[in-house]
Amino acid sequence: MSLSLLPPEFKIIRDDARCIACQVCVRQCANDVHIYDPEDDWIYSDYSRCVGCHRCVTLCPTRAITCVRNPLDFRANANWTHAMITGLHKQAETGGILLSGMGCDQPQRIYFDHLLLNASQVTNPSIDPLREPMELRTHIGRKPDRVQVRCEDGKVKLDTQLAPQLALETPIMFSAMSYGSISYNACLSLARAAKQAGIVYNTGEGGLHPTLYEYGPWTVAQVASGRFGVHPKYLDVAAALEVKIGQGAKPGIGGHLPGEKVSADVSRTRMIPEGTDALSPAPHHDIYSIEDLRQLIYALKEATDYKKPVGVKVAAVHNIAPIASGIARAGADYIAIDGLRGGTGAAPTVIRNNVGIPIELAISAVDQRLRQEGIRNQVSLIAAGSIRNSGDVVKIIALGADAVYIGTGALVALGCHLCQKCYTGKCNWGIATQDPYLTKRLNPNIGSRRLVNLVRAWSLEIKEMLGGMGVNAIESLRGNRDHLRGVGLNEVELKALGIKAAGIG
Amino acid sequence: MKRVYVNEEYCIGCRLCEIHCLVQHSQSKKIIKAYKEEAPQLMPRLVFEEEGPLSFAMPCRHCADAPCLDACITGAMHRDEETEAVLCDEDKCVGCWMCVMACPFGAIQRNLKGTKAASKCDLCYGEEMPACVAHCPNEALTFEER
Amino acid sequence: MRYVIIGNSAAAVGAIEAIRQHDTENPITVISDEPHHAYSRPLVCHLLGELVDEERMHYRPPDFYEQLQVEPMLGVRATAIDTQAKTVSLAGGGTVAYDRLLLAVGGKPVVPPVAGVDLDGVFTFTKWEDAQNIDRYIRDKDAQSALIVGGGLIGMKAVKALMARGLRLTVVELADRILSTSFDHTASKLAESILRRASAEVITGTTVKEIVDKDGHVDHAILQDGQVVDCDLVIFGIGVRPNLDLILPEPEKNTGIEVNRGIVVDERMQTSVEDVYAAGDCVETYDIILEVERPIAIWPHATRQGHVAGCNMAGVEKTYEGGFPMNSEDIAGVATIAVGLTAPEGQVPVEHLEEYEIIKRYDRAAQTYKRLVLHRGRLVGAICVGDIDRAGIYTGLIRDRVDVTPFKEHLLSGSFGLISLPKEYRKHMVVGEGIIV
Repeated sequence: MSLSLLPPEFKIIRDDARCIACQVCVRQCANDVHIYDPEDDWIYSDYSRCVGCHRCVTLCPTRAITCVRNPLDFRANANWTHAMITGLHKQAETGGILLSGMGCDQPQRIYFDHLLLNASQVTNPSIDPLREPMELRTHIGRKPDRVQVRCEDGKVKLDTQLAPQLALETPIMFSAMSYGSISYNACLSLARAAKQAGIVYNTGEGGLHPTLYEYGPWTVAQVASGRFGVHPKYLDVAAALEVKIGQGAKPGIGGHLPGEKVSADVSRTRMIPEGTDALSPAPHHDIYSIEDLRQLIYALKEATDYKKPVGVKVAAVHNIAPIASGIARAGADYIAIDGLRGGTGAAPTVIRNNVGIPIELAISAVDQRLRQEGIRNQVSLIAAGSIRNSGDVVKIIALGADAVYIGTGALVALGCHLCQKCYTGKCNWGIATQDPYLTKRLNPNIGSRRLVNLVRAWSLEIKEMLGGMGVNAIESLRGNRDHLRGVGLNEVELKALGIKAAGIG
Repeated sequence: MKRVYVNEEYCIGCRLCEIHCLVQHSQSKKIIKAYKEEAPQLMPRLVFEEEGPLSFAMPCRHCADAPCLDACITGAMHRDEETEAVLCDEDKCVGCWMCVMACPFGAIQRNLKGTKAASKCDLCYGEEMPACVAHCPNEALTFEER
Repeated sequence: MRYVIIGNSAAAVGAIEAIRQHDTENPITVISDEPHHAYSRPLVCHLLGELVDEERMHYRPPDFYEQLQVEPMLGVRATAIDTQAKTVSLAGGGTVAYDRLLLAVGGKPVVPPVAGVDLDGVFTFTKWEDAQNIDRYIRDKDAQSALIVGGGLIGMKAVKALMARGLRLTVVELADRILSTSFDHTASKLAESILRRASAEVITGTTVKEIVDKDGHVDHAILQDGQVVDCDLVIFGIGVRPNLDLILPEPEKNTGIEVNRGIVVDERMQTSVEDVYAAGDCVETYDIILEVERPIAIWPHATRQGHVAGCNMAGVEKTYEGGFPMNSEDIAGVATIAVGLTAPEGQVPVEHLEEYEIIKRYDRAAQTYKRLVLHRGRLVGAICVGDIDRAGIYTGLIRDRVDVTPFKEHLLSGSFGLISLPKEYRKHMVVGEGIIV
């Protein structure tokens, strides 16, 4: 067997003056990086296996460990970067597709960082969210073209029948992450947090574990191309349904759950054999045209008696505007668009990094197109694909979204350090794994608490920003691109986003 | 009375509870000093058990009707009036190990390298919350009244 | 209402504390022929071995009697009980009237009628006074060697004490092996080798026939098999039997209290005479393993029985479920524990032996031994030599009559613990409130 050319990615630095050889790091590393030598009573590290997840760093009671990027330098080369060379070596060794977890990590332009918000000064007074009502409540679903009311006994009554809506206390939802790609404890944390925060979480394409049915009213059930776990009860308990056509991390191809992560419980929930790779096909094999999509949407509506919103999730790709228009006309109640930076448990690295477009551009295009066509009210737009903070939330809503899906953000709240090794099933934080030694590490009591804290913190910040803008309802911000200005963007980009440059007007 | 309860579903087997118990009962109460200078005379007072992915650490139950109190021949084992905790006066203990024999939880250990007396949880006497509970990274140990 | 307790050790203290938990008003009188504050007899060997000082002998703080409002009559011997008039007669005249009486008079050492047993230098080894006498004798006579008659638990305590004093020791035991009531054959042999390695001599299968003196004190002993053992002092540590001096001989004492091998009590620790209770080494109690009534002279049982008696005396219903033997003994520095029915081959009728299963592990290198006795799937006995960590778990399984068949293979493994027990039992133990010995 020839020598591997792959160098360690990270280096462990242990301060021996602080190390008490308590072996917590040895026990906690799922990659067996730390080794205890009983003869010499000390611990040494084989950091070739280190993935940079920081579990040992965090748990070490004396803070004796730190983890740095392996300071191995190649001759400077702007073209053949370290990552390119190592990736190629790996393919030469394995002959396989390079896989990654989480979202695109390449330095593509992040439009959020080039957008700036307005604030009220003089002409339009700001609102203090602590003293005046600030409405963050959002309803996802088809809005009617016109509303007919009548007066009866001095009260106004609604005649128009409204399409089913999904009520959210704040415009933040937990994105689709399947049971299988993440652990049961992670799913339970999301479900509990969704209930407590008054929002929803998405089952992803893994089906729904029966013990989570009680959280049904806060659940969006996804129907993906593999139709994993799709059965009548599944559709029945959920608050909304979502047909998954694609996701931002890997547009055009299907989901992939490696066999290591298909435990007995996962196999039961997904209705597939234990230990087999769960590969979702690229297209739904019953959707080959927009008419087929319409048929599926209405089949789902029929099956659930038209009582719940049925949405469609697509990846943000080049012609996203006409695609979205088609989906709206196909009868979807909402469209979730997942941008280039969207996360995943496993995707081919080359597709994750190179396929799709940023969500900021996608939402802008879709929002503007649907308004042009006069059908913007027929669908809600949900933006996904690396919403990293409340600022991103406000900006994407101003660009046209009704609400956001957070995936990576939610997992980071649970403890994820973005080591990108989700596909190995050895997540040291108990999130992206089915290994019982590891899943215990995510205590759902703590997990749901952290998620609720995150949603609360962002909601407070959104209220502050809205108040600053002189806006008292999130609805007033939707598509209100006049509140945004661009910096460091060229004319084409400004036009695509539909915003002015900062400093002008 | 508040006791330490362990939830074996959330114990991750890190054994930080043992480490902090030991430090709490050391002279210096400083983790590096305790391990580098005071060990091995010190021992943690919880008993940690592990089998496959299942693990938990259990301290003394401070039973309302404690067999160790009956078994102690010196009167070293006594119940503290204020906290109702069962405590061992390690100066009075002669190391007869009757308590080790009587405790159905095996919660009492022999400190053979240090005091030569019985060693067991004292609910971190004087502290608001036992060290093990305060430092469990996954909230597997709780300090509550049931 | 007056409570009177004759005796001042485990059962007495247990009773006092139980009474005071429920009744802080009515007077309690304690009568003890020993002048000392309550102390534990198991500590006598530590006192003689100079391992504890006098202060550490006391079982409770110095102000115990004061704090609990108990009138101690120490150094006063009770000579008779009049169960009709409800009085206790004292040596030197005087009586004490009682409404509720507790007999916590303990046990008396067994001394066979051997020639020379009254010589200066021959001792029993149960009381504080005995330790003081032996200590004085060793100093005065510069004793170098001792013969210990009895290779049981009391004999081992004497060995511990005198070994600490540096005497040369010989142990003589009538049975074919030492510790024959608490250990099995292997454990006994292991104990013997431990003693020999500690330079004590062990002679089995015989006992003392005659003790011979020279110049007024002990010089040597002659055994029944003819061997001669040179020794400067002799300690009889054969055993104790319940102290029935206040009740026997029957017609003369006329108490009406029923006795068998020990004082007979019901599960409330009351004797056959109303308002007279008994607890501790002097009673006969229910052995839950052998399912017979017999004396089990063990400190924790005495404390518990005293507690139960005290509760009932104070008008609070409480029952004692019975117990089984349990001993923790240090043999020349090696810790050992024996609980329950440890050797059915010597202790149950032959026709029942097939109902028992033995599992054991002997680690020669580490010199540790563990033996477990199962009866129809339930743990009934345990011996641990050398490795006694967490042995109490076995005690708990014996007491709760747990069927250990599902985890039998784990019982002797190094990692045996609560984790090996069924989850429901473990949760019940952890969440359940109190544990009764």
